[in-house]
Amino acid sequence: MPVVDLAQTSRRDLNSRLHALAQDTNETLWRIENPDGRHALAAGLDAPITVMIAGHVGYYCAGMNKQASVVVEGNAGVGVAENMMSGTVHVKGDASQSAGATAHGGLLVIDGNASARCGISMKGVNIVVKGSIGPMSAFMAQSGALVVLGDAGDSLGDSIYEAKLYVRGEVKSLGADCVEQTLDEEHRAQLRALLDAAGLNGEVKVEEFKRYGSARTLYNFHVDNAAAY
Amino acid sequence: MENKDTPRTEPRQSATFDPYTLSEIRRAAATGIYDIRGGGSKRQLPHFDDLLFLGASISRYPLEGYRERCATDVWLGTRFASKPIHLKIPVTIAGMSFGSLSAQAKEALGRGATLAGGSTTTGDGGMTPEERNHSQILVYQYLPSRYGMNPDDLRKADAIEVVIGQGAKPGGGGMLLGQKISDRVAQMRDLPTGIDQRSACRHPDWTGPDDLEIKLEELREITDWEKPIYVKVGATRPYYDVALAVKSGADVVVLDGMQGGTAATQEVFIEHVGIPILAAIRPAVQALQDLGMHRKVQLIVSGGIRNGADVAKALALGADAVSIGTAALVALGDNDPQFEDEYRALGSRAGAYDDWQDGRDPAGITTQDPVLAARLDPVAAGRRLANYLAVLVLEAQTIARACGKSHLHNLEPEDLVALTIEAAAMARVPLAGTDWIPGQLGR
Repeated sequence: MPVVDLAQTSRRDLNSRLHALAQDTNETLWRIENPDGRHALAAGLDAPITVMIAGHVGYYCAGMNKQASVVVEGNAGVGVAENMMSGTVHVKGDASQSAGATAHGGLLVIDGNASARCGISMKGVNIVVKGSIGPMSAFMAQSGALVVLGDAGDSLGDSIYEAKLYVRGEVKSLGADCVEQTLDEEHRAQLRALLDAAGLNGEVKVEEFKRYGSARTLYNFHVDNAAAY
Repeated sequence: MENKDTPRTEPRQSATFDPYTLSEIRRAAATGIYDIRGGGSKRQLPHFDDLLFLGASISRYPLEGYRERCATDVWLGTRFASKPIHLKIPVTIAGMSFGSLSAQAKEALGRGATLAGGSTTTGDGGMTPEERNHSQILVYQYLPSRYGMNPDDLRKADAIEVVIGQGAKPGGGGMLLGQKISDRVAQMRDLPTGIDQRSACRHPDWTGPDDLEIKLEELREITDWEKPIYVKVGATRPYYDVALAVKSGADVVVLDGMQGGTAATQEVFIEHVGIPILAAIRPAVQALQDLGMHRKVQLIVSGGIRNGADVAKALALGADAVSIGTAALVALGDNDPQFEDEYRALGSRAGAYDDWQDGRDPAGITTQDPVLAARLDPVAAGRRLANYLAVLVLEAQTIARACGKSHLHNLEPEDLVALTIEAAAMARVPLAGTDWIPGQLGR
C-alpha cells in the first residue's frame, strides 16, 4: 500500500501520482498522512482506487471525483466532493459549507454535521449526513437525494428542482417552493438503500423521516410569484 | 377666444417621455413583468468612436503597408499554465451557451475562429462535441450554475474561464426561458424539459477573493497545472476586481463592458448596471501595472467591439486581446435584412431584433427550434465569421502601421486622443488638439 506523507511530499506530487494511475492499477489502496488541512487533496481522481486520508482536510477535498473512494479520517473544509461524478466520499468527522455542491453522481457520507449549503445545486449525487445540516442546504438542488438523520437549518431546499430531501429531525424552515411530500413505498425503498450504503443497515427506521421536494410553482416564471424569486 | 387663424405650435414629443419610454410604460402596464431581451446596452454611450489615432508624421515614422511586418499574435496564460495558449490574432469569441445558441451556431463559431486563428468559448450549459470538434482552441467556462460541468470536459479544454460576471448584468444570474429548453439542453443541464432554468449569480462553493484563490488552485490541481485560467468580470469597479483576480491567481482577466451581449436579461439591468468598456480599460490596466503584472497577466476586453479600429484602440489602451460576441453573431447572419418580413412578423425588424430569449430567431442562431436552426449552414456561416475576423485584424494592422508599430501590442495610449471631454477622462488620453487629460495632474 503506497503511503504518502504530506509532511515530506507536496500536494502537487501527490495529486499528480494519483492522476497518473491507470484504470487497472494494482495500487488500489493509498494512505495519506499529515494532510494538515491542505486544500484540493485527492481532487480530480479518475480511477477505481481507495484513498484513506489520515486527518483533517481543507477545501475541495475529492473535488470532481470519479470512481475513487476517498475516506477522510477527520473533518473536511468547504466544498468536499464538489461536482463529484461517481465514486464515494466518506467524511468521518464534520464537513464545512457547500458539501457535495453541484455533484452529479456518487455517494457522499458525512458521519458528523454539515454546515450551510450542503448539497447546493446538487445534480444527481446522493448525500447522507448522520448529524445535522446548516441553512440554505439543497438550494436549487436539481436531482439526487439528500438524507439527514439530524435537523436541517433555515430555508431547506430553496428553489429546489427535482432532488429528493429526507430529514429525520426538525426542519427550521423550508425555502421557496419546497414543501413536505408523502413518503411512499418507492421513497422508503430509496431511503433504505441509501442508509444501507452509508453503513446504517437497519439502525435507523425509514418511517421516522419526512420527505421534502419541489411544489413546482416556480418552474415557469409568473409575475404573481415575483416575491418568491 | 382662439381664432382659427392663430398660428399653432407643432405637436411636441417629450425628450424625457420619448416614444420608446411611452411604449415601455404601456407594455409594463399591460403585462406586469419587466422586459427581458438579449444583446447589450443599446443606448448612446462614450465608446471607442470618441477616440482617434494620431498616426505618424515628422516626429515618428510609419511602417509600409503590405511590406513591413505588423505582428498580431498573442500568448495567453503565461503566468502559471504549463500549456499557455498562442493565438494568431488577438480576437477571441466570447462565451455563449449551447442552449442560448443552436448547435449549428456553436459549430459555426468554432469553425470561424479556428480558420482565423482565434479561440472560442463554451457557455452556461457545458461543452458540446460540435464545438469541441470544430474549435482548435476552446475555452471552457466555469460558471455559478455548473450546468454540464465535468472533469472530462475540463481536461479536454485548452483553457478554463471562471465567470464571476458579465458586462450586460454584473451581479446578475441568468434565466433560460422554458421555450428554449429542448430535450438535449435539458439533458445536458440535468433539468426537466420546458421549465425556466435559473442560473445562479454566485458560485455555490466559494465567496470572496480568498476562497477564489483556493478554487483556482483546485482547478489547477485537477488539470495538473496545464491550462490557463481566465477570470471574467463585468465592468463595474475594474481597478479592484482586476487586482483581486490577479491576487487570486488568474492567468488572464477578461473584462466585459456594459455593451457586451447577453442571451436573456432584464432591459433595466442591461441599460443601468455596469460601465462602458471605454471607462473600464484604463483602471484595469492601472491595476495590472501597479502590481507589476501588466503583460504577465493578460487582459482581454469586450463589449461593443465592432471593427479593427475598436480592436486597435482597446489594445492601445493596454489590453492584450479583445473578445467579441454580438459582432460574431452578426457575421454568422444574426439580424440579417433577408429575414426582414419575419422580423416584422415578430414585432421587430432587421437590426433591432433582440428577443434572443424567445427561441424564434429567423436566422436560426438564438434558437433550439430544429427547423429554424437548420437554416444556418455552419460551414458557410463559419466562413463568414473567419472573413470578418480577418478584416478586424487587417484594419487594426492598418492603423498600427500608420502609427509605426511592428506589433499590435506596441500601440499605446500616446497614439490616441479623444474627441470628447468624457472620453478623454475615461480613456485618460488628451482631448484632441490639447494636452488636457481631465482628472489627471490635478486638472
